[in-house]
Amino acid sequence: MAAVPAPQNQDFSVMSVQLRNFTAYASVTLFTGLLLMLFLMPFLYMSLTSVKNREQIIDSARGSILPMDNASITLDGAKLDIYNVPLPDGTTEQLALLRAGRRESVFVNPETPESGEIVWEGNWRQLAPVQIFSPQWDNFGEAWRGIRFPRLLGNTLTIAVVGVIGTLLSSICVAYGFARFPIPGKNIIFLVLIGTIILPPQITLVPTYAAFAAIGWTGTWLPLIVPHFFANAYNVFLLRQYFRQLPKELDEAAMIDGASPLRVLVSVIIPQSWPVITAVALFHFVYAWNDYFAPLIYTLGKPELQPISVGIQAFNWVYDMQPHLIQATSLMGLALPVIIFFMSQRVFMRGVVVTGVEK
Amino acid sequence: MSVTNLAKAESPPQATGAVATRRISLQRQQQIWGWVFIAPWIIGFMVFTFLPIVASLIFSFTNFRLTRPDEIAFVGFANWARLLTDPILHTSIEVTMKFAVIALPLSIILPVALAALLNSPWLIGKPFFRTLFYMPYMVPIVSATYIWGGMLNTETGWINRILISMGVPGPNWLYDATWIYPALNIIGLWGVGNAMLITLASMQGVPTELYEAARIDGANALAQFRKITLPLISPVIFYNLVLSIIGIFRYFEVPYILKEGTGDPGNATMFINIHFYKTAFSFQDMGYGATLAWVIFLMAFVATLIVFLTSRYWVYYATGDNF
Repeated sequence: MAAVPAPQNQDFSVMSVQLRNFTAYASVTLFTGLLLMLFLMPFLYMSLTSVKNREQIIDSARGSILPMDNASITLDGAKLDIYNVPLPDGTTEQLALLRAGRRESVFVNPETPESGEIVWEGNWRQLAPVQIFSPQWDNFGEAWRGIRFPRLLGNTLTIAVVGVIGTLLSSICVAYGFARFPIPGKNIIFLVLIGTIILPPQITLVPTYAAFAAIGWTGTWLPLIVPHFFANAYNVFLLRQYFRQLPKELDEAAMIDGASPLRVLVSVIIPQSWPVITAVALFHFVYAWNDYFAPLIYTLGKPELQPISVGIQAFNWVYDMQPHLIQATSLMGLALPVIIFFMSQRVFMRGVVVTGVEK
Repeated sequence: MSVTNLAKAESPPQATGAVATRRISLQRQQQIWGWVFIAPWIIGFMVFTFLPIVASLIFSFTNFRLTRPDEIAFVGFANWARLLTDPILHTSIEVTMKFAVIALPLSIILPVALAALLNSPWLIGKPFFRTLFYMPYMVPIVSATYIWGGMLNTETGWINRILISMGVPGPNWLYDATWIYPALNIIGLWGVGNAMLITLASMQGVPTELYEAARIDGANALAQFRKITLPLISPVIFYNLVLSIIGIFRYFEVPYILKEGTGDPGNATMFINIHFYKTAFSFQDMGYGATLAWVIFLMAFVATLIVFLTSRYWVYYATGDNF
């Protein structure tokens, strides 16, 4: 860089380039930041609505977006609202309305009500009430009990964790088979496997449901768990891509030492593959947490078996007119997946990229 | 080199034969192991995919009802003929198309636009933005539906509050047979993160030499994007498009949860998958349900096939694929 002969107006051009760079950085970053705020706004809406009561929600059509209440004091068993009262000397004071009148009203000082009545001339209806921030934390208790959160959590975790075990056991084996063994027609079989990704799920649903009903599995968790013990295309693809790029020398060395292929898988392949195995486990966990359609049809009429997705929906269909409880349950439904995502975003996003780009 | 040649030449012929047979048997052994390892998927594919597809076809020629399984009888093409006179099917296809007309272009344009923004050399804090734009994709569909149901509320929703503050009267998003489609697409837009991330990764894989060469040739940023970036990320656009098409035929959760499965307003949310669900599971008419499933399958197949066939005109593959 130093070897380049300096142009004449060097200081000026460097400055203008720097200024232009700064403007470009600032405008692109600012624009993206604003876009992100817009994009994440629903989280704020949910959080604020979940701590409002019915009146605060009605108020939020016009007034503050925060859960605000009119400030008040209790004097001799009566609730007195506090208003911003402009006084004749030009100052504004927060006073509690004792007796309302059209021409003049009587106020007291909310901190020292015993100090005497203050008569104010003017229409009290034109005064602005003093508002204080009053979030309704009890909503979460009500939502927690309403959806029976502990039961939903237990159901969801059971279905998800057993499913994770199933899909890991089967998908690891299948991916290992595709990655390392000479199976005749392997490419075609693998194409069929990938093809199942674009198969509309309805096409298999009716007979599968009928078969599960015939063996008495509807109304149990088995249809939500057992199919995952037979591998699936996304997971196999992800694992196979990873296994293929592991060096073959280690497997071969182990084989020469007399290790069986199963032994190689357990002692050589799996210990090298924890990142991708973690990714698959996370994907399945989130999938099971999110899954709605299958639990809807298979746990129909059995609320005690429902996972969180169906449980939240069933609760909110019953309590349709309670936006604060709807938002509180939504928050409870998304908390865990979002936390898991933030804790493991690197592994997670890497997995998404592999399935998306390399296909 | 010469030593090994010598050793080979001197080794007795029967020994080579023994090695060869051992190789073959090892090869066979490896094959058997391979089959054993992929067996779970083969069995699963047969039991949960292949046989059900065939069974669906057979069911579509019967009057099978789960409530009266013993009365099953073949009814010939009655279910298939019913397709022609089923008014809700025609409505549901129309509804699905109305949604797709907005959703498919969005599914192509938005991930690319957002990825291009996040790939901009002028953006500070890329990992931060990437993570947070991805994050809403992690919100379970039930929660996302309810959050947006509130956001789009005519009176208290924030979207209309923003519109009113800009002097625009907000529409009745969720209760208007026209506005419901933009509303559903806004909800769907929240999940753009996944497609965005894949597109972004693909953009980052474009060799920088290409851009340098183009700059030397005097191509501006827009020309570089059109002539270099877009062709090189077209396989990912293709992938996103195929997944979106499949997604439209299985679109269910958002309209079903939002409208409690009624299809309101005025059947405007009676998507084809909701019609299928109600037929097969609410009304337990599994014969006709299986027929509808086949209709969905065929439509999805044709749509995907069209995209595949046109792909050679617009999808750029640098190298032969290596499965």
